[in-house]
Amino acid sequence: MAKLLYFGRLSDITGAAEESLTLPDTISTAGELRHFLDLRFDAQGALLEPTVRIAVNNELCFDATSISETDEIAFMPPVGGG
Amino acid sequence: MLKVSEDPIDASALLKAFETEAAGAGAIVSFSGIVRSKATSGGVEHLFLQAYSPMTEDGIQAAMDEAQSRWPIVNALVQHRVGEIKAGETIVFVATASAHRRASFEAADFLMDYLKTKAVFWKREKTDRGDAWIEPGDSDYADAERWR
Repeated sequence: MAKLLYFGRLSDITGAAEESLTLPDTISTAGELRHFLDLRFDAQGALLEPTVRIAVNNELCFDATSISETDEIAFMPPVGGG
Repeated sequence: MLKVSEDPIDASALLKAFETEAAGAGAIVSFSGIVRSKATSGGVEHLFLQAYSPMTEDGIQAAMDEAQSRWPIVNALVQHRVGEIKAGETIVFVATASAHRRASFEAADFLMDYLKTKAVFWKREKTDRGDAWIEPGDSDYADAERWR
């Protein structure tokens, strides 16, 4: 199962900061997962915003990046500390 | 040196230790970021800071390395809190040391702009009117653009 992390305001939409998910056969890229989850959580596009970046195993990636069952996949809205 | 942790920040003690470590430098600049007690949406009780290790630390370290390559600083320190931070408490402390003042001022300013807009943190503000996630504003991004 893939480990999914939802940071910042996204965890308010998903209801949890992380979950384990068996990736459906139809999903092989980060972008496909993004669309699948947006529908699954009825996020109304919140997960599709270009400012929401995806990291696979701690590396920022593109929507075309391949993902697999052993990956940690993080959804990251705009960051900022201080 | 870099530390991201839930531990409280004692800016005076950190500065004292930094001065010892940077002995010989002609200039030391330090910056403390304090949680404000007032926000536009009401009185602030606390901030909650979330990080994603090791991406958070790796990114800050890369910014510190870039500061070292852009300015002749001999020492740099970043300490940033995560978890719950009450109004009035120190959330971030940055110190830089160099032979002359300009490098220390600019490097500290650069590091703070990185921390405000690019460091991997998410910030939730709890006020007397409820909770809200806070993301960087246009002025924060404009500040960060100055170093491109």
